[in-house]
Amino acid sequence: MFEHYLNIFITTVFIENIALSLFLGMCTFIAISKKIDAAFGLGVAVIVVCLITVPLNNLIYNYILREDALTWAGIEGTNLEFVELISYIGVIAASVQILEMFLDKYVPALYNALGQFLPLITVNCAILGASLFMVEKDLLFVESVVYGFGAGFGWAMAIVVLAGIREKLKYSDIPEGLKGLGTTFIIVGLMSFGFMSFGGISL
Amino acid sequence: MNLKKYQEVIIKPLIDENPITLQILGICSALAVTNNLTVTMVMCVAVISVLSFSNLFISLIRNYIPSSIRIIVQMTIIASLVIVVDELLKAYDYETSKKLSVFVGLIITNCIVMGRAEAFAMKERPLLSFLDGLGNGLGYSIILIGVATIRELFGAGTLFGYEILPLVSNGGWYMGNNLLLLPPSSFIIIGLFIWLIRSIRPNQVEEDDFNLSKHSTASDLTKRELNV
Repeated sequence: MFEHYLNIFITTVFIENIALSLFLGMCTFIAISKKIDAAFGLGVAVIVVCLITVPLNNLIYNYILREDALTWAGIEGTNLEFVELISYIGVIAASVQILEMFLDKYVPALYNALGQFLPLITVNCAILGASLFMVEKDLLFVESVVYGFGAGFGWAMAIVVLAGIREKLKYSDIPEGLKGLGTTFIIVGLMSFGFMSFGGISL
Repeated sequence: MNLKKYQEVIIKPLIDENPITLQILGICSALAVTNNLTVTMVMCVAVISVLSFSNLFISLIRNYIPSSIRIIVQMTIIASLVIVVDELLKAYDYETSKKLSVFVGLIITNCIVMGRAEAFAMKERPLLSFLDGLGNGLGYSIILIGVATIRELFGAGTLFGYEILPLVSNGGWYMGNNLLLLPPSSFIIIGLFIWLIRSIRPNQVEEDDFNLSKHSTASDLTKRELNV
């Protein structure tokens, strides 16, 4: 059983890395990767939010939205899949808001570190994407917890690595037009080619 | 009410303030859906329509949205529009909708839509906001279509599925570049596009964090050594 979960985790982090293989959350990935500190803070915030929202959305999908899912409440023949997107984004926006208030009250140190990144996360497609891929893979509840954590972890790892490379590149002599955004795109492309080598590995 | 302002909001985002190459908005979908020109076109139409109508509706009710809950209100409007587009696509072009998979849904979190709603539609009049959405959607489409053309033409030798460069495997002369069919290649193509645009428009070049001193040359070294 443990092996099965480990397998999901490794697959999500390396083979189907949410940033470098599925290209989700790219806007923040490229915009906030100038410094390792900021990248790390954002990465941790993404892990936490993914870990909360993916399992929540899994419950919502399996017990409310899915075809015939409302049988437990005595209602049959329902199919609410068309409100999927709006419910997921609602859950994400609400959890981010609640998390922000909770941290502000009980863990002020963490709030000060993460505070500025939390609102950004609502519009980070890595989070919504993780929920949508969770539905596409048809995961069970415990599997979705592992998947949520893996998705967040993979994204966080990728942004910290990119920030490290960009910090090193500060000292290099780059052609005028390629400075900043241009090189970043090319580095991400090369990193992503590197991650393709994990493809085909199965545990 | 002058025509020039309307013209400006459409033309400017095309090159001068392009959402992808300058504002860093909406990159995710630019990568995953550009290996085939037909799919890219469908995606562009979807983004343009969501973007212009969300800008229009948000601008219409901008004076009634309390600022504390504005993000949720904007999200709801955008998500409803995306659901309409998604259902239409499933009904009329099921094949393409399968190929786009989750990326239609991800238009909700495409930062172009939120970014323009926040930066433009919350402040400007409805018609102007609609046009701003249209302009930014077109700017996004230009880059996407450019990337897709390069990838499909040189990767598979086809455009819109029609054979342009006959492949060796079909008895032609062109050896397809399989690297271009892999998604990461679009990063590199966009990187080169940025280089091209910034060479034409040097005002977009980013400032250095600090200045490098000039390279020392062999003659400098010998001179210094001689002084010592």
